[in-house]
Amino acid sequence: MTDHAPLFTPDRSQYPAHKADGTLDIDLASGKYLKLWQGPNHPGITGNMSVELTVCGDEVVEGKVHVGYLHRGFEKLMERRTYIQCFPIVCRICVPEPDFNEYCYAAAVEELAGIKSPERSDWIRTLILEMGRINSYMMYLGGQAGSLGLGVIAQWTTYVRDLMLDRFEELTGARIYHMFILPGGVRDGLPEGFEKRMEETLREMESTMQDVYEVMFCNAVFKKRTVGVGYIDPALLDSYGVTGPNARAAGVAKDVRKDHPYLVYPELDFEPVIGHDSDIYTRADVRRRDVLVSIDLVRQILAKMPRSGPLMASVPNVLHWKIPRGETYVRGECSRGEYGYYLVADGSGYPRRVNVRGPSYTHAMTLLERLIVNISISDVASLMVSLHTYPPEIER
Amino acid sequence: MRELYSQLKQLFPLGELTEQRQDLAFVTVPQEHLRSLLLHLRDREGFTHLVLLTAVDWLEDNIFQLTYLLTNREQQRTLGLRVMLPRDAATMQSIHDIWPTAATYQRELREMFGIAFPDSPRVDEEFILEGWIDIPPYRRDFDTLKYAEENYSQRPGRVTHDPAEHMKQKLYPGGT
Repeated sequence: MTDHAPLFTPDRSQYPAHKADGTLDIDLASGKYLKLWQGPNHPGITGNMSVELTVCGDEVVEGKVHVGYLHRGFEKLMERRTYIQCFPIVCRICVPEPDFNEYCYAAAVEELAGIKSPERSDWIRTLILEMGRINSYMMYLGGQAGSLGLGVIAQWTTYVRDLMLDRFEELTGARIYHMFILPGGVRDGLPEGFEKRMEETLREMESTMQDVYEVMFCNAVFKKRTVGVGYIDPALLDSYGVTGPNARAAGVAKDVRKDHPYLVYPELDFEPVIGHDSDIYTRADVRRRDVLVSIDLVRQILAKMPRSGPLMASVPNVLHWKIPRGETYVRGECSRGEYGYYLVADGSGYPRRVNVRGPSYTHAMTLLERLIVNISISDVASLMVSLHTYPPEIER
Repeated sequence: MRELYSQLKQLFPLGELTEQRQDLAFVTVPQEHLRSLLLHLRDREGFTHLVLLTAVDWLEDNIFQLTYLLTNREQQRTLGLRVMLPRDAATMQSIHDIWPTAATYQRELREMFGIAFPDSPRVDEEFILEGWIDIPPYRRDFDTLKYAEENYSQRPGRVTHDPAEHMKQKLYPGGT
Protein backbone atom coordinates (compact mmCIF):
# COMPACT_ATOMS: atom_id res chain seq x y z
CA MET A 1 0.00 0.00 0.00
CA THR A 2 2.91 2.40 -0.37
CA ASP A 3 3.38 2.92 -4.09
CA HIS A 4 0.34 4.92 -5.10
CA ALA A 5 0.02 8.66 -5.43
CA PRO A 6 -2.59 10.33 -3.23
CA LEU A 7 -5.91 10.14 -5.02
CA PHE A 8 -7.24 13.30 -3.58
CA THR A 9 -5.90 16.69 -2.61
CA PRO A 10 -8.25 19.20 -0.98
CA ASP A 11 -8.89 22.07 -3.33
CA ARG A 12 -11.61 24.54 -2.63
CA SER A 13 -11.05 26.61 -5.77
CA GLN A 14 -13.99 24.87 -7.46
CA TYR A 15 -16.34 25.69 -4.62
CA PRO A 16 -18.32 28.71 -3.54
CA ALA A 17 -16.85 32.07 -4.34
CA HIS A 18 -15.30 34.11 -1.57
CA LYS A 19 -16.69 37.39 -0.31
CA ALA A 20 -14.47 40.44 0.08
CA ASP A 21 -13.80 39.56 3.74
CA GLY A 22 -12.49 36.11 2.77
CA THR A 23 -15.48 34.08 3.97
CA LEU A 24 -17.36 31.74 1.65
CA ASP A 25 -20.32 33.12 -0.26
CA ILE A 26 -22.91 30.53 0.65
CA ASP A 27 -26.57 31.40 0.12
CA LEU A 28 -28.62 28.80 1.93
CA ALA A 29 -31.82 30.21 0.45
CA SER A 30 -30.61 29.24 -3.03
CA GLY A 31 -31.40 25.61 -2.24
CA LYS A 32 -27.99 24.56 -3.48
CA TYR A 33 -26.50 24.25 -0.02
CA LEU A 34 -27.67 22.66 3.18
CA LYS A 35 -26.53 22.96 6.78
CA LEU A 36 -25.99 19.60 8.42
CA TRP A 37 -25.04 19.15 12.05
CA GLN A 38 -23.18 16.06 13.19
CA GLY A 39 -22.76 15.72 16.92
CA PRO A 40 -22.29 16.34 19.76
CA ASN A 41 -22.61 12.56 20.09
CA HIS A 42 -20.62 11.91 16.99
CA PRO A 43 -19.69 8.50 15.57
CA GLY A 44 -16.25 9.85 14.72
CA ILE A 45 -15.19 10.91 18.19
CA THR A 46 -14.54 9.43 21.60
CA GLY A 47 -16.40 12.09 23.54
CA ASN A 48 -18.58 15.03 22.65
CA MET A 49 -17.85 17.32 19.79
CA SER A 50 -19.90 18.47 16.84
CA VAL A 51 -19.20 19.58 13.32
CA GLU A 52 -21.39 22.06 11.48
CA LEU A 53 -21.23 21.00 7.85
CA THR A 54 -22.34 22.96 4.83
CA VAL A 55 -22.98 20.47 2.08
CA CYS A 56 -23.64 20.68 -1.63
CA GLY A 57 -25.21 17.39 -2.62
CA ASP A 58 -23.30 14.86 -0.52
CA GLU A 59 -20.09 16.83 -0.66
CA VAL A 60 -18.87 19.01 2.19
CA VAL A 61 -17.99 22.57 1.18
CA GLU A 62 -17.33 23.92 4.66
CA GLY A 63 -16.99 22.45 8.13
CA LYS A 64 -16.84 24.20 11.49
CA VAL A 65 -15.90 22.36 14.65
CA HIS A 66 -17.78 23.12 17.85
CA VAL A 67 -16.42 22.07 21.23
CA GLY A 68 -17.30 22.91 24.81
CA TYR A 69 -19.61 20.05 25.69
CA LEU A 70 -17.07 18.65 28.16
CA HIS A 71 -15.55 21.80 29.60
CA ARG A 72 -14.88 21.33 33.28
CA GLY A 73 -12.41 24.14 33.83
CA PHE A 74 -9.58 21.95 35.14
CA GLU A 75 -6.89 24.53 34.49
CA LYS A 76 -8.79 27.09 36.54
CA LEU A 77 -9.63 24.60 39.29
CA MET A 78 -5.94 23.76 39.69
CA GLU A 79 -5.09 27.38 40.46
CA ARG A 80 -7.13 27.06 43.65
CA ARG A 81 -5.68 23.74 44.76
CA THR A 82 -2.40 22.73 46.35
CA TYR A 83 0.06 20.80 44.21
CA ILE A 84 -0.96 17.46 45.67
CA GLN A 85 -4.67 18.28 45.36
CA CYS A 86 -4.14 18.76 41.62
CA PHE A 87 -2.74 15.24 41.30
CA PRO A 88 -6.11 13.39 41.36
CA ILE A 89 -7.61 15.96 38.98
CA VAL A 90 -5.17 15.83 36.09
CA CYS A 91 -5.89 12.27 34.96
CA ARG A 92 -9.49 13.25 34.27
CA ILE A 93 -8.43 15.57 31.47
CA CYS A 94 -8.16 12.63 29.07
CA VAL A 95 -10.30 9.60 29.77
CA PRO A 96 -8.94 6.95 27.38
CA GLU A 97 -5.27 7.67 28.10
CA PRO A 98 -5.06 9.45 31.46
CA ASP A 99 -1.52 8.45 32.43
CA PHE A 100 0.19 11.10 30.34
CA ASN A 101 -1.47 13.78 32.40
CA GLU A 102 -0.13 12.18 35.56
CA TYR A 103 3.36 11.81 34.16
CA CYS A 104 3.64 15.30 32.63
CA TYR A 105 2.21 16.98 35.72
CA ALA A 106 4.43 14.99 38.09
CA ALA A 107 7.54 15.61 35.98
CA ALA A 108 6.81 19.35 35.75
CA VAL A 109 6.30 19.65 39.52
CA GLU A 110 9.45 17.62 40.21
CA GLU A 111 11.48 19.79 37.88
CA LEU A 112 10.39 23.06 39.45
CA ALA A 113 10.77 21.64 42.97
CA GLY A 114 14.21 20.18 42.22
CA ILE A 115 13.23 16.57 42.91
CA LYS A 116 14.64 13.58 41.05
CA SER A 117 12.36 10.55 40.81
CA PRO A 118 14.07 7.22 41.61
CA GLU A 119 15.23 5.07 38.70
CA ARG A 120 12.90 2.19 39.51
CA SER A 121 9.89 4.51 39.46
CA ASP A 122 10.96 5.78 36.02
CA TRP A 123 10.84 2.21 34.68
CA ILE A 124 7.38 1.69 36.14
CA ARG A 125 6.21 5.03 34.73
CA THR A 126 7.42 4.00 31.27
CA LEU A 127 5.65 0.66 31.64
CA ILE A 128 2.38 2.38 32.53
CA LEU A 129 2.64 4.85 29.67
CA GLU A 130 3.20 2.03 27.16
CA MET A 131 0.30 0.02 28.59
CA GLY A 132 -1.89 3.12 28.28
CA ARG A 133 -0.73 3.66 24.71
CA ILE A 134 -1.76 0.12 23.74
CA ASN A 135 -5.18 0.65 25.34
CA SER A 136 -5.70 3.94 23.58
CA TYR A 137 -4.85 2.36 20.22
CA MET A 138 -7.29 -0.47 20.92
CA MET A 139 -10.05 2.07 21.36
CA TYR A 140 -8.96 3.82 18.19
CA LEU A 141 -8.88 0.66 16.06
CA GLY A 142 -12.39 -0.24 17.19
CA GLY A 143 -13.60 3.27 16.38
CA GLN A 144 -11.89 3.42 13.01
CA ALA A 145 -13.34 0.10 11.92
CA GLY A 146 -16.74 0.93 13.43
CA SER A 147 -16.95 4.20 11.49
CA LEU A 148 -16.95 2.11 8.31
CA GLY A 149 -19.33 -0.57 9.51
CA LEU A 150 -16.85 -3.21 10.75
CA GLY A 151 -18.41 -3.51 14.18
CA VAL A 152 -16.77 -6.80 15.08
CA ILE A 153 -13.31 -5.23 15.28
CA ALA A 154 -14.46 -3.00 18.12
CA GLN A 155 -15.65 -6.08 20.01
CA TRP A 156 -12.28 -7.79 19.65
CA THR A 157 -10.22 -4.74 20.58
CA THR A 158 -12.50 -3.94 23.51
CA TYR A 159 -11.94 -7.48 24.76
CA VAL A 160 -8.14 -7.24 24.72
CA ARG A 161 -8.29 -3.73 26.09
CA ASP A 162 -10.25 -5.16 28.98
CA LEU A 163 -7.48 -7.69 29.61
CA MET A 164 -5.00 -4.81 29.79
CA LEU A 165 -7.35 -3.00 32.17
CA ASP A 166 -7.09 -6.09 34.40
CA ARG A 167 -3.30 -5.63 34.43
CA PHE A 168 -3.81 -1.96 35.27
CA GLU A 169 -6.14 -2.93 38.07
CA GLU A 170 -3.70 -5.32 39.69
CA LEU A 171 -0.83 -2.85 39.29
CA THR A 172 -2.56 0.38 40.32
CA GLY A 173 -5.85 -0.67 41.94
CA ALA A 174 -7.93 1.11 39.31
CA ARG A 175 -9.01 0.43 35.76
CA ILE A 176 -9.47 3.85 34.12
CA TYR A 177 -8.14 6.64 36.34
CA HIS A 178 -5.07 5.10 37.91
CA MET A 179 -3.70 7.99 39.99
CA PHE A 180 -0.45 6.09 40.26
CA ILE A 181 2.24 8.44 38.99
CA LEU A 182 2.50 11.17 41.59
CA PRO A 183 5.10 13.89 42.09
CA GLY A 184 8.18 12.14 43.48
CA GLY A 185 7.70 8.66 42.01
CA VAL A 186 5.01 5.98 41.81
CA ARG A 187 2.75 4.53 44.46
CA ASP A 188 3.85 0.89 44.35
CA GLY A 189 5.96 -1.77 42.65
CA LEU A 190 4.85 -4.71 40.52
CA PRO A 191 2.64 -7.30 42.21
CA GLU A 192 3.74 -10.95 42.53
CA GLY A 193 3.45 -12.86 39.22
CA PHE A 194 2.66 -9.70 37.22
CA GLU A 195 5.16 -10.49 34.47
CA LYS A 196 3.61 -13.88 33.74
CA ARG A 197 0.08 -12.55 33.53
CA MET A 198 1.25 -9.62 31.42
CA GLU A 199 2.92 -12.01 28.99
CA GLU A 200 -0.36 -13.92 28.60
CA THR A 201 -2.18 -10.66 27.92
CA LEU A 202 0.42 -9.59 25.35
CA ARG A 203 0.16 -12.91 23.52
CA GLU A 204 -3.62 -12.59 23.40
CA MET A 205 -3.17 -9.08 22.08
CA GLU A 206 -0.74 -10.16 19.37
CA SER A 207 -3.14 -12.84 18.26
CA THR A 208 -5.98 -10.31 18.11
CA MET A 209 -3.81 -7.86 16.18
CA GLN A 210 -3.19 -10.54 13.55
CA ASP A 211 -6.94 -11.06 13.27
CA VAL A 212 -7.48 -7.31 13.05
CA TYR A 213 -4.91 -7.12 10.27
CA GLU A 214 -6.59 -9.82 8.24
CA VAL A 215 -10.17 -8.69 8.75
CA MET A 216 -9.72 -4.93 8.74
CA PHE A 217 -6.56 -4.03 6.84
CA CYS A 218 -6.97 -6.66 4.12
CA ASN A 219 -10.65 -5.87 3.73
CA ALA A 220 -11.55 -4.54 0.27
CA VAL A 221 -14.28 -2.24 1.59
CA PHE A 222 -12.00 -0.78 4.25
CA LYS A 223 -9.28 -0.15 1.69
CA LYS A 224 -11.65 1.38 -0.80
CA ARG A 225 -13.05 3.77 1.77
CA THR A 226 -9.73 4.83 3.28
CA VAL A 227 -6.94 4.72 0.71
CA GLY A 228 -6.36 8.22 -0.65
CA VAL A 229 -9.01 9.81 1.60
CA GLY A 230 -8.16 12.42 4.23
CA TYR A 231 -4.74 13.21 2.83
CA ILE A 232 -2.52 15.46 4.99
CA ASP A 233 0.11 17.26 2.95
CA PRO A 234 3.48 16.83 4.72
CA ALA A 235 4.12 20.53 4.07
CA LEU A 236 1.28 21.32 6.47
CA LEU A 237 2.64 19.41 9.44
CA ASP A 238 4.46 22.25 11.14
CA SER A 239 2.07 25.03 10.28
CA TYR A 240 -0.85 23.01 11.62
CA GLY A 241 0.98 21.61 14.66
CA VAL A 242 0.56 18.00 13.55
CA THR A 243 2.42 15.47 15.70
CA GLY A 244 2.39 11.77 16.53
CA PRO A 245 1.02 9.08 14.20
CA ASN A 246 -0.70 11.71 12.04
CA ALA A 247 2.75 13.14 11.24
CA ARG A 248 4.50 9.77 11.07
CA ALA A 249 1.95 8.53 8.52
CA ALA A 250 3.09 11.45 6.34
CA GLY A 251 6.66 10.18 6.42
CA VAL A 252 8.05 12.45 9.14
CA ALA A 253 9.52 10.57 12.10
CA LYS A 254 8.13 12.92 14.75
CA ASP A 255 8.23 11.00 18.00
CA VAL A 256 8.92 12.73 21.32
CA ARG A 257 10.35 9.45 22.65
CA LYS A 258 13.20 9.84 20.16
CA ASP A 259 13.29 13.61 19.58
CA HIS A 260 13.31 14.61 23.25
CA PRO A 261 14.02 11.36 25.14
CA TYR A 262 12.47 11.11 28.60
CA LEU A 263 12.15 8.49 31.34
CA VAL A 264 13.99 5.30 30.29
CA TYR A 265 13.32 5.43 26.55
CA PRO A 266 17.04 5.92 25.72
CA GLU A 267 17.66 2.46 27.19
CA LEU A 268 14.98 0.79 25.07
CA ASP A 269 15.47 -0.48 21.56
CA PHE A 270 12.79 0.71 19.13
CA GLU A 271 12.27 2.75 16.00
CA PRO A 272 9.32 5.08 15.32
CA VAL A 273 6.80 3.58 12.90
CA ILE A 274 6.61 5.50 9.64
CA GLY A 275 4.11 5.54 6.79
CA HIS A 276 4.20 7.45 3.52
CA ASP A 277 0.78 7.98 2.01
CA SER A 278 -0.66 10.17 4.74
CA ASP A 279 -4.22 8.99 4.16
CA ILE A 280 -6.70 7.34 6.54
CA TYR A 281 -5.44 3.85 5.70
CA THR A 282 -1.81 4.73 6.38
CA ARG A 283 -2.65 6.42 9.67
CA ALA A 284 -4.54 3.33 10.79
CA ASP A 285 -1.68 1.10 9.69
CA VAL A 286 0.92 3.21 11.52
CA ARG A 287 -1.11 2.83 14.71
CA ARG A 288 -1.54 -0.91 14.20
CA ARG A 289 2.22 -1.34 13.85
CA ASP A 290 2.78 1.02 16.78
CA VAL A 291 0.79 -1.39 18.96
CA LEU A 292 3.29 -4.11 18.09
CA VAL A 293 6.17 -1.76 18.98
CA SER A 294 4.54 -0.99 22.33
CA ILE A 295 4.03 -4.69 23.04
CA ASP A 296 7.73 -5.19 22.42
CA LEU A 297 8.57 -2.22 24.64
CA VAL A 298 6.50 -3.63 27.51
CA ARG A 299 8.46 -6.90 27.22
CA GLN A 300 11.77 -5.02 27.16
CA ILE A 301 10.81 -2.97 30.22
CA LEU A 302 9.78 -6.03 32.21
CA ALA A 303 13.03 -7.77 31.26
CA LYS A 304 15.34 -4.86 32.03
CA MET A 305 13.75 -3.02 34.96
CA PRO A 306 15.34 -3.17 38.42
CA ARG A 307 13.40 -5.28 40.89
CA SER A 308 14.45 -3.43 44.01
CA GLY A 309 15.10 0.13 45.02
CA PRO A 310 13.06 3.10 46.20
CA LEU A 311 9.82 4.01 44.45
CA MET A 312 9.40 7.49 45.87
CA ALA A 313 11.84 10.34 46.30
CA SER A 314 11.76 12.32 49.49
CA VAL A 315 9.20 15.10 49.06
CA PRO A 316 8.25 17.85 51.51
CA ASN A 317 5.07 17.68 53.57
CA VAL A 318 2.54 17.92 50.74
CA LEU A 319 0.11 19.94 52.85
CA HIS A 320 2.63 22.78 53.12
CA TRP A 321 4.48 22.28 49.86
CA LYS A 322 5.57 25.58 48.31
CA ILE A 323 7.37 25.53 44.97
CA PRO A 324 9.83 28.28 44.00
CA ARG A 325 8.91 30.74 41.29
CA GLY A 326 9.61 29.42 37.80
CA GLU A 327 8.10 27.97 34.67
CA THR A 328 8.67 24.85 32.64
CA TYR A 329 7.27 22.71 29.87
CA VAL A 330 7.33 18.91 30.02
CA ARG A 331 6.29 16.75 27.09
CA GLY A 332 5.72 13.10 26.23
CA GLU A 333 4.62 11.09 23.20
CA CYS A 334 1.09 9.85 23.81
CA SER A 335 -0.84 7.72 21.35
CA ARG A 336 -2.07 10.83 19.51
CA GLY A 337 1.08 12.92 19.46
CA GLU A 338 2.84 15.43 21.66
CA TYR A 339 1.26 15.80 25.09
CA GLY A 340 2.67 18.52 27.29
CA TYR A 341 2.22 20.48 30.49
CA TYR A 342 3.24 24.11 30.83
CA LEU A 343 3.47 24.83 34.54
CA VAL A 344 4.08 28.22 36.14
CA ALA A 345 4.85 28.44 39.85
CA ASP A 346 4.82 31.72 41.77
CA GLY A 347 6.45 30.61 45.01
CA SER A 348 3.17 29.88 46.79
CA GLY A 349 1.56 26.54 47.60
CA TYR A 350 -0.68 26.74 44.51
CA PRO A 351 0.21 26.62 40.82
CA ARG A 352 -0.09 30.01 39.18
CA ARG A 353 -0.98 28.48 35.83
CA VAL A 354 -1.23 25.01 34.38
CA ASN A 355 -1.73 24.74 30.64
CA VAL A 356 -2.31 21.38 29.03
CA ARG A 357 -1.16 20.89 25.46
CA GLY A 358 -3.21 18.01 24.08
CA PRO A 359 -2.55 16.91 20.51
CA SER A 360 -6.27 16.92 19.74
CA TYR A 361 -6.27 20.68 20.21
CA THR A 362 -4.51 21.23 16.91
CA HIS A 363 -5.64 18.09 15.09
CA ALA A 364 -9.37 18.46 15.68
CA MET A 365 -9.77 22.17 15.15
CA THR A 366 -7.83 23.94 12.38
CA LEU A 367 -6.56 20.76 10.73
CA LEU A 368 -9.92 18.99 10.61
CA GLU A 369 -11.66 22.12 9.31
CA ARG A 370 -9.21 22.13 6.42
CA LEU A 371 -9.31 18.40 5.66
CA ILE A 372 -13.07 18.11 5.82
CA VAL A 373 -13.57 20.28 2.74
CA ASN A 374 -14.44 18.40 -0.49
CA ILE A 375 -15.01 15.02 1.12
CA SER A 376 -18.24 13.08 1.09
CA ILE A 377 -20.60 13.20 4.08
CA SER A 378 -20.14 9.46 4.51
CA ASP A 379 -16.38 9.92 4.98
CA VAL A 380 -16.63 12.56 7.70
CA ALA A 381 -16.77 10.07 10.56
CA SER A 382 -13.82 7.99 9.38
CA LEU A 383 -11.76 11.13 8.72
CA MET A 384 -12.46 12.39 12.24
CA VAL A 385 -11.51 9.05 13.81
CA SER A 386 -8.37 8.89 11.71
CA LEU A 387 -7.08 12.05 13.41
CA HIS A 388 -7.59 10.24 16.75
CA THR A 389 -9.28 13.01 18.67
CA TYR A 390 -10.21 13.08 22.33
CA PRO A 391 -12.29 16.25 22.92
CA PRO A 392 -11.66 16.52 26.71
CA GLU A 393 -8.09 17.60 26.04
CA ILE A 394 -9.29 20.39 23.74
CA GLU A 395 -11.39 22.12 26.37
CA ARG A 396 -9.74 20.90 29.60
CA MET B 1 20.97 28.01 23.84
CA ARG B 2 23.30 30.78 25.10
CA GLU B 3 24.86 31.04 21.65
CA LEU B 4 21.48 31.45 19.96
CA TYR B 5 20.52 34.02 22.59
CA SER B 6 23.59 36.15 21.95
CA GLN B 7 22.92 36.05 18.21
CA LEU B 8 19.31 37.07 18.67
CA LYS B 9 20.28 39.77 21.15
CA GLN B 10 22.16 41.56 18.42
CA LEU B 11 19.01 41.72 16.31
CA PHE B 12 16.24 42.14 18.85
CA PRO B 13 15.98 43.90 22.23
CA LEU B 14 15.50 40.81 24.39
CA GLY B 15 15.22 40.45 28.16
CA GLU B 16 17.32 38.10 30.28
CA LEU B 17 17.51 34.45 29.25
CA THR B 18 16.13 31.91 31.75
CA GLU B 19 17.66 28.51 31.07
CA GLN B 20 15.27 26.03 32.61
CA ARG B 21 16.89 22.92 31.15
CA GLN B 22 19.57 22.25 28.60
CA ASP B 23 16.88 21.98 25.93
CA LEU B 24 14.43 24.60 27.26
CA ALA B 25 14.80 28.34 27.83
CA PHE B 26 12.53 31.35 28.21
CA VAL B 27 13.13 34.93 27.18
CA THR B 28 11.04 38.11 27.36
CA VAL B 29 10.36 40.01 24.14
CA PRO B 30 8.86 43.49 23.65
CA GLN B 31 5.38 43.25 22.16
CA GLU B 32 6.25 45.11 18.96
CA HIS B 33 9.19 42.81 18.12
CA LEU B 34 7.40 39.52 18.58
CA ARG B 35 6.26 38.93 15.01
CA SER B 36 9.62 39.64 13.43
CA LEU B 37 11.33 37.44 16.03
CA LEU B 38 8.88 34.58 15.38
CA LEU B 39 9.48 34.82 11.65
CA HIS B 40 13.24 34.91 12.20
CA LEU B 41 13.12 31.86 14.47
CA ARG B 42 10.85 29.93 12.10
CA ASP B 43 12.63 30.75 8.85
CA ARG B 44 16.27 31.12 9.91
CA GLU B 45 16.70 29.11 13.09
CA GLY B 46 14.53 26.07 12.40
CA PHE B 47 11.94 26.67 15.16
CA THR B 48 9.14 25.49 12.90
CA HIS B 49 6.81 23.93 15.46
CA LEU B 50 4.51 26.15 17.53
CA VAL B 51 3.97 23.95 20.58
CA LEU B 52 1.48 26.17 22.35
CA LEU B 53 0.36 29.72 22.97
CA THR B 54 -1.08 30.54 26.35
CA ALA B 55 -1.41 33.31 28.91
CA VAL B 56 -0.57 33.77 32.58
CA ASP B 57 -2.41 36.38 34.62
CA TRP B 58 -0.09 38.33 36.97
CA LEU B 59 -2.95 40.23 38.59
CA GLU B 60 -0.80 41.84 41.29
CA ASP B 61 1.49 43.37 38.63
CA ASN B 62 -1.46 44.25 36.39
CA ILE B 63 0.00 42.36 33.42
CA PHE B 64 -0.79 39.35 31.24
CA GLN B 65 2.09 37.18 30.18
CA LEU B 66 1.66 35.56 26.78
CA THR B 67 3.90 32.54 26.26
CA TYR B 68 4.76 31.37 22.74
CA LEU B 69 6.55 28.03 22.89
CA LEU B 70 8.55 27.03 19.80
CA THR B 71 10.53 23.87 19.11
CA ASN B 72 13.42 23.09 16.81
CA ARG B 73 13.10 19.34 16.32
CA GLU B 74 16.42 18.85 14.59
CA GLN B 75 18.39 20.47 17.39
CA GLN B 76 16.08 19.17 20.12
CA ARG B 77 15.55 22.52 21.80
CA THR B 78 12.56 24.57 22.82
CA LEU B 79 12.36 28.32 23.30
CA GLY B 80 9.60 30.09 25.20
CA LEU B 81 8.93 33.71 24.25
CA ARG B 82 7.24 35.80 26.93
CA VAL B 83 5.34 38.94 25.99
CA MET B 84 4.04 41.18 28.77
CA LEU B 85 0.79 43.03 28.08
CA PRO B 86 -0.96 45.57 30.31
CA ARG B 87 -4.12 43.96 31.69
CA ASP B 88 -6.28 46.99 31.03
CA ALA B 89 -5.29 47.25 27.33
CA ALA B 90 -4.69 43.63 26.46
CA THR B 91 -4.37 43.60 22.68
CA MET B 92 -1.90 41.54 20.73
CA GLN B 93 -1.11 41.07 17.06
CA SER B 94 -2.40 37.85 15.57
CA ILE B 95 0.08 35.27 14.28
CA HIS B 96 -2.44 33.07 12.44
CA ASP B 97 -0.72 33.92 9.16
CA ILE B 98 2.55 32.45 10.47
CA TRP B 99 0.99 29.35 12.04
CA PRO B 100 -2.67 28.79 11.06
CA THR B 101 -3.13 26.68 14.17
CA ALA B 102 -2.52 29.80 16.31
CA ALA B 103 -6.03 30.98 15.41
CA THR B 104 -7.50 28.38 17.77
CA TYR B 105 -5.22 29.39 20.63
CA GLN B 106 -6.07 33.05 20.09
CA ARG B 107 -9.78 32.29 20.07
CA GLU B 108 -9.44 30.56 23.41
CA LEU B 109 -7.35 33.38 24.90
CA ARG B 110 -9.92 35.93 23.72
CA GLU B 111 -12.68 34.02 25.45
CA MET B 112 -10.92 32.88 28.61
CA PHE B 113 -8.67 35.89 29.33
CA GLY B 114 -10.29 38.65 27.29
CA ILE B 115 -7.12 39.33 25.31
CA ALA B 116 -7.96 40.87 21.92
CA PHE B 117 -6.36 39.55 18.72
CA PRO B 118 -7.70 41.79 15.95
CA ASP B 119 -7.99 40.13 12.51
CA SER B 120 -7.61 36.59 13.85
CA PRO B 121 -10.16 34.34 12.06
CA ARG B 122 -13.41 33.76 13.98
CA VAL B 123 -11.79 35.17 17.11
CA ASP B 124 -15.04 36.60 18.43
CA GLU B 125 -17.06 33.41 17.95
CA GLU B 126 -17.81 31.39 21.06
CA PHE B 127 -15.23 28.65 21.51
CA ILE B 128 -15.92 26.71 24.69
CA LEU B 129 -18.34 28.86 26.66
CA GLU B 130 -21.90 29.55 25.55
CA GLY B 131 -23.72 32.77 26.35
CA TRP B 132 -21.06 33.89 28.84
CA ILE B 133 -21.67 37.42 30.15
CA ASP B 134 -19.37 37.54 33.20
CA ILE B 135 -15.71 38.61 33.13
CA PRO B 136 -13.46 36.17 31.25
CA PRO B 137 -13.27 33.18 33.61
CA TYR B 138 -9.54 32.38 33.49
CA ARG B 139 -8.65 35.84 34.81
CA ARG B 140 -7.41 35.70 38.38
CA ASP B 141 -10.07 38.12 39.60
CA PHE B 142 -12.84 35.75 38.52
CA ASP B 143 -13.90 33.93 41.69
CA THR B 144 -15.10 30.43 40.81
CA LEU B 145 -16.51 29.72 44.28
CA LYS B 146 -18.53 32.96 44.36
CA TYR B 147 -19.82 32.29 40.84
CA ALA B 148 -20.89 28.77 41.78
CA GLU B 149 -22.65 29.95 44.94
CA GLU B 150 -24.54 32.67 43.05
CA ASN B 151 -25.58 30.53 40.09
CA TYR B 152 -26.09 27.05 41.43
CA SER B 153 -27.90 25.68 44.46
CA GLN B 154 -27.26 22.67 46.64
CA ARG B 155 -29.30 19.56 46.03
CA PRO B 156 -32.18 19.47 48.60
CA GLY B 157 -31.51 17.14 51.51
CA ARG B 158 -27.74 17.40 51.22
CA VAL B 159 -26.01 17.59 54.60
CA THR B 160 -22.41 18.61 55.18
CA HIS B 161 -20.63 17.28 58.25
CA ASP B 162 -17.51 18.45 59.98
CA PRO B 163 -15.32 15.34 59.47
CA ALA B 164 -13.88 15.32 63.01
CA GLU B 165 -17.26 15.78 64.69
CA HIS B 166 -18.93 13.26 62.40
CA MET B 167 -16.38 10.52 63.09
CA LYS B 168 -16.58 11.23 66.82
CA GLN B 169 -20.36 10.80 66.72
CA LYS B 170 -20.11 7.59 64.69
CA LEU B 171 -17.42 6.02 66.82
CA TYR B 172 -18.73 7.18 70.20
CA PRO B 173 -22.50 7.71 69.79
CA GLY B 174 -23.00 8.08 73.52
CA GLY B 175 -20.50 10.86 73.72
CA THR B 176 -18.04 8.93 75.90
